[in-house]
Amino acid sequence: MEKKRYEKLVVQYTPKVPWVKNAIVAFLVGGAIGLLGEILLRFYVQALEVSRADASVYMIVTLIFFASLFTALGFFDKLVSKAKCGLIIPITGFAHSMTSAAIDYKKEGPIYGVGSNIFKLAGSVILYGVVAAWFFGLIRYLIEVGL
Amino acid sequence: MNYLINSFLFCGVVCLIAQFILDHTKLTPGHITSLFVVCGAALDSFGIYDFFIAKCGGGAMVPITSFGHSLIHGALNSAEVNGFLGLLMGMFDLTASGITAAIIFSFVFTLFFKAKD
Repeated sequence: MEKKRYEKLVVQYTPKVPWVKNAIVAFLVGGAIGLLGEILLRFYVQALEVSRADASVYMIVTLIFFASLFTALGFFDKLVSKAKCGLIIPITGFAHSMTSAAIDYKKEGPIYGVGSNIFKLAGSVILYGVVAAWFFGLIRYLIEVGL
Repeated sequence: MNYLINSFLFCGVVCLIAQFILDHTKLTPGHITSLFVVCGAALDSFGIYDFFIAKCGGGAMVPITSFGHSLIHGALNSAEVNGFLGLLMGMFDLTASGITAAIIFSFVFTLFFKAKD
């Protein structure tokens, strides 16, 4: 088959992405997680009488705990495949990627399975986050020292 | 009340942008999360992300962009005290709790649960 005709056929049979629906779902789910974060933050400030900065740590840890637990229980994957970026972009996605990688590779043993693969997806976030933060931090530091 | 609406809108819009990029380019979720962390760090180096946190509260702390913001924030705080090497020493100051919690929880749950097919 000619290459051009083949490419035409591929375009014809590739399922159309329902991007409007996906975007709305991501907006609503992501917004709900953000709202939940703010509500938890207020709850911890009132219930434990801590500062907002301390309460934010409690809030992040709570979200990570439930994302990990739900991933381990097995139904978070289905939610992620429905809500996509609504759950991947909040910190829940970070916890989900680590727990699902760890559980998937459990049968390959504790060292070369879980240990080597737990950062398989989260590792790139940490790597590029640290490199970018170091680079931008260096620029800002040099500006502050230089002026 | 304003805070609640702002946090809904901010986190929702960040997720909307990510979903839009995911559907219209060939980038995978891994690319997008990495990109967003870099964006968070870049925004914070000029103090813009601090403005979002002041306005949107929890909604701005939840997306992965705030991970980049916390990394550079810790590094710069430490650089003020310790000088140039402080950039390296303080990098994980603020994000340590999140990373450690994620490691501990995923390890403990891995011990108790099996993969479902």
